[in-house]
Amino acid sequence: MKRVIVIGGGPAGMQAAVALKAAGLEPVIVERSDALGGKLRDWHNLFPSATPAREVLDGLRKAVEMARVEVLLHTEVEGLTPDGSKPSVEVALAGGHAVQLSGGRKLEAAAVVVASGFDVFDASLKEEYGYRIYDNVFTTVDVERMLNEGGVALADGSAPRRVAFVHCVGSRDEKVNQKHCSKVCCVTAVKQAMEMRALFPEADIYNFYMDIRMFGPGYEELYQRAQQESRVNFIRGRVSEASPTIDGRIQIKAEDTLVGRPMKMSVDMLVLAVGMKAGSSCEKFARTADAALSPNGFLAPADLFSGCVASGVPGVFYAGAATAPKTIGESLAEGSMAACWVVEYLDTLAK
Amino acid sequence: MKRSSWKEYQKEIADDRYYYARSCIRQNFFPGSETTFLRIMREALGKDIFDDPRHTSCTGIGYHSDIVPLDTTMAVVARQFALATEAGYENIAVSCITSFGLYTEILETWHEFPETEARARENLFKATGREFVIPKNIAHTSDLVFHNREKIEELAVRRLVDARTGEPLRIVEHIGCHYAKIFPKSGIGGSEFPYVLAGMVEQWGGSVVDYPERRHCCGFGFRNYLVQANRGFSIANSRKKLESMAPYKPDMIVANCPGCAMFLDKWQYALAEMENSTYGADGRGIPVLTYEEMAGLVLGYDPWEMGMQMHQVDVEPVLERLGVKYDPAAKFLGRAGKYIGAPGEAAVNSFSGDRIYRIRQ
Repeated sequence: MKRVIVIGGGPAGMQAAVALKAAGLEPVIVERSDALGGKLRDWHNLFPSATPAREVLDGLRKAVEMARVEVLLHTEVEGLTPDGSKPSVEVALAGGHAVQLSGGRKLEAAAVVVASGFDVFDASLKEEYGYRIYDNVFTTVDVERMLNEGGVALADGSAPRRVAFVHCVGSRDEKVNQKHCSKVCCVTAVKQAMEMRALFPEADIYNFYMDIRMFGPGYEELYQRAQQESRVNFIRGRVSEASPTIDGRIQIKAEDTLVGRPMKMSVDMLVLAVGMKAGSSCEKFARTADAALSPNGFLAPADLFSGCVASGVPGVFYAGAATAPKTIGESLAEGSMAACWVVEYLDTLAK
Repeated sequence: MKRSSWKEYQKEIADDRYYYARSCIRQNFFPGSETTFLRIMREALGKDIFDDPRHTSCTGIGYHSDIVPLDTTMAVVARQFALATEAGYENIAVSCITSFGLYTEILETWHEFPETEARARENLFKATGREFVIPKNIAHTSDLVFHNREKIEELAVRRLVDARTGEPLRIVEHIGCHYAKIFPKSGIGGSEFPYVLAGMVEQWGGSVVDYPERRHCCGFGFRNYLVQANRGFSIANSRKKLESMAPYKPDMIVANCPGCAMFLDKWQYALAEMENSTYGADGRGIPVLTYEEMAGLVLGYDPWEMGMQMHQVDVEPVLERLGVKYDPAAKFLGRAGKYIGAPGEAAVNSFSGDRIYRIRQ
């Protein structure tokens, strides 16, 4: 059997499917939404190069189309083995996995690549920031959407005169049970602050951060440009609460920890840099596939160094943000890598 | 305000049969409020509330001031539970926010560290020979009024609207910090957008004012006030809140904590005397009511019977706005018609015009 099921049609899943097809296998992408692309569909420009997300997405879609990869939309994976038995080497040798799909359909496959991605942290859980309560509190995801729709504006359509970004909303926060760093929010907030500067040359723009984590190539340079060229103010301190003012603005309180003083300011727009949390399907998948979960709820790879796309379950491989917060580039790399591991695994079985 | 999130914080509130745990300080500062609560629960709603003269202070203020050790506090709270057990009550209605926070904290501690419960049981038994069953339900008394807000509305003789214009009264609600800031799940609406008082206000026709310093402490904060050197900090915090709410021209403040009602009321007097600052729309202070008084007015109770003459900031402006018929001459007559004495003139209770007139003279 040459069929390989790829769970999730985001960047990692699409990349894995294209690579599997090129290796002579028959990938089938199972995607629960109505289109391929995952959350990349909602992004505007990608950090740090400001490459339009559309360019990357169109390239991937075209590759999937050209490779004639089979795609099942509006379909979810219910479990790895329909009879409830645990996958094993014996099952794999006997012909692979049986994947139970929504609607009662069953697909047999020689291997499975899990590229089910992440969920965006629900900012309304950080109640003190007033998301979905005050009209001019947004998330970085909302800002990407507004940029895609043609422009950023306050709820009444006017331009903000002062914008504040809050980093680490739903990341490194025990109170909401999200202890991990989501990695990409810092650079996203820096990128969006620079985009705001371009849109609103006269506005005051502030970023409130705990630490600035500029881990990727070109990120630190972007951060420097944000300060020097885009005149973005960076304040080290977490915002403690947001409240409405009588003129419809938002009052925020924080501690400027470098100065050691509490501070209070009113802004027109508050943007919450929301983190990446484990995908809602991770737990169920891990249970049915007998796979391990990390303490933060993401799927745990077999080895963080030499087996980061391996699951520890025969024939099951991981790619992208199903195992941890990742950038688009990292997800694409893991998609290719997971395909290589599938090929090697099937070659070994055949021998 | 889109306060829908309060619905995600629902707590169980028993419908009837409560052991009533009174507050130490409310009986001095708002002496009619607890009586009004009992009247509402018993007369208006027909509930069984047991008012027990044997129970004591919970020691909360001493505990939070590092004067009373935790083991002592736990033993005292265990004794309150034992009294409820002996009286045959499984639910406790707590009048004070500090006590409510303390009971909640102790129950959580006992849950997390069972050895502390065993020690409290042992200490209580050694000291008093008493034993207790952990209460099934602990509610703050504002939870109970919230729980019965629809029934109270059915019995209401008036709504929280301006009797002259029909407009909803603009009401600032202030929640005691220890109601839900320690354990958000223990309060209706959680800690950020508590709904316990807002729900009453909205049910009875008023509108809730959301203002920048809504969550800020009233200024009591035990160490802020009890340590004399810190009292400037206490009044500065009250001032910060009052200045933040003043532009919204609230008709009244309602609070569910003994300390909050007291400090928001009495510091207005001090601020008016110290710096001639008043925060009401007409140049006077903003009346501060307890939720029992607010419910009592809705039910048509006489304000002087509820002890509202004991407020530092006169409540007459809000009575007039609500169209409450009251006897001005009876304000300082006690229960037997005996004159109880009237306070001296205070800047916080004068129209700004009056003050200008006096200065000119």
